[in-house]
Amino acid sequence: MSFMPYVAPEQLMKDRSDYAHKGIARGRSVIGLEYVDGLLFIAENPSNTLHKISEIYDRIAFAGVGKYSEFEELRIAGIRLADVRGYSYGREDVKARDLANAYSQALSTIFTQQMKPYEVEVLVGEVAGEAEAAGLYHILFDGSVTDVRGSVAIGGHAEELTDSLEQRYDASWDLGAAVKNAAEILGGPDSRTLAADTLESGVIDRTRTQRRKFRRLEESEIAGFLAN
Amino acid sequence: MTERLRLPVSGAPFGASPSFVELLRRERPEAMPPGLTEAGMAALGLAHATTVLGFKFADGIVMAGDRRATAGYTIADAKMRKVFAADDYSAIAIAGAAGQAVELVKLFQLELEHYEKITGDRLSLEGKANRLAQMIRGNFPLALQGLVVVPLFGGYDERQAEGRIFYYDATGGRWEEDDYQTTGSGGQPAKNSLKKRWRPNLSQDEAVRVAVEALIDAAEDDVATGGPDVARRIFPAMMTVTTSGAHDVADPELASAVDAVLVDRGVA
Repeated sequence: MSFMPYVAPEQLMKDRSDYAHKGIARGRSVIGLEYVDGLLFIAENPSNTLHKISEIYDRIAFAGVGKYSEFEELRIAGIRLADVRGYSYGREDVKARDLANAYSQALSTIFTQQMKPYEVEVLVGEVAGEAEAAGLYHILFDGSVTDVRGSVAIGGHAEELTDSLEQRYDASWDLGAAVKNAAEILGGPDSRTLAADTLESGVIDRTRTQRRKFRRLEESEIAGFLAN
Repeated sequence: MTERLRLPVSGAPFGASPSFVELLRRERPEAMPPGLTEAGMAALGLAHATTVLGFKFADGIVMAGDRRATAGYTIADAKMRKVFAADDYSAIAIAGAAGQAVELVKLFQLELEHYEKITGDRLSLEGKANRLAQMIRGNFPLALQGLVVVPLFGGYDERQAEGRIFYYDATGGRWEEDDYQTTGSGGQPAKNSLKKRWRPNLSQDEAVRVAVEALIDAAEDDVATGGPDVARRIFPAMMTVTTSGAHDVADPELASAVDAVLVDRGVA
């Protein structure tokens, strides 16, 4: 018979939290911000097939940082929840808040009950009606959720990036200004200039006429914005 | 078939199923379209969607349908839409049990969207056509009880750079059509009409006209097919799928094609 040594709950939670923090800090960051026509997600990502940013539903997008396999699992679970809910009720009944709650519950359960917490943070963003403000939720590895206003950075250098975002952010940025500024901020912590082919970006654009408002920005489009 | 697989040794999940239908069957079986146990459609007063057609033209394909749904001798709906965009590059047209068919279209649209979101890639046109065959096969027990759904499916195949048309039978049998195909109660007169009027590489205007003419022919010979109603401005539903995607043919364009056909026949 084996005995587990006693570990105080505070210590246990702290250890898990440190572990998750370290995992997330190793990865690169994602910035989510509201611009004049909707929401922009932008990340440093040298791969153009393994995405950090993705469409969830008509007006909802997802971004994850940390361990790819873990946020990919969350992304797929989010799409499934949204599609089943939209089919069972109506498309307009799928809300980012419900998804944020679902992620929060799932991550909280994993954090407290499993051997190893997920080393991820995710953003869920939504652009509702024409003039309404966008909804942006930041969910941490332990399930805590914050309702973000304006702009946020998550992942490796989150604090530094959020600080410089707060200094520069302007809600009246158009897409070009938002991409250019966000790219500069992403390269900021170690003063690099990020090229278009190392950036991944997606927007929920309320001016799109299609039902599905999400679209990925092409590399050439990003390059155009950076050159301005 | 696309059910989630597991690793043989550890039993850990292997690969995410990109299928919405499988997901719905697993998570919300009660939300799947219902399995009726007896009685034919007429006895239940169920609506029946009638004539649809599809053919190739110079830029891609066109799909069209009349607007009538019948329940026995009653007109259940004079403005029913039977042609839908399945996704940005394909269209589906339905004939048969209306409720079942519309539900099939909704599921099929979600199936394609779900696949696209999960995998980050659109299905090939071949893949879409096969998936639809499997979904119709799933409906086979209901088809035996009279709830037959027989769609036409078509789209622009980006890999082969051409428009392609598929038609199906109630068992999920799938055939590719080289030129034109029709289905539904007025399918035969519509097909006879296309046989005379269709030729390869029609322009879009000609294609709209040929499709309208075939539907008018079907309406003249089949009571369950509704002809264009100029007074109430009910025109056939029509879509084109080309390199630029799936688009509705606008009412004014249909109206002038209808006028032209009626004038030619000396009835307007």
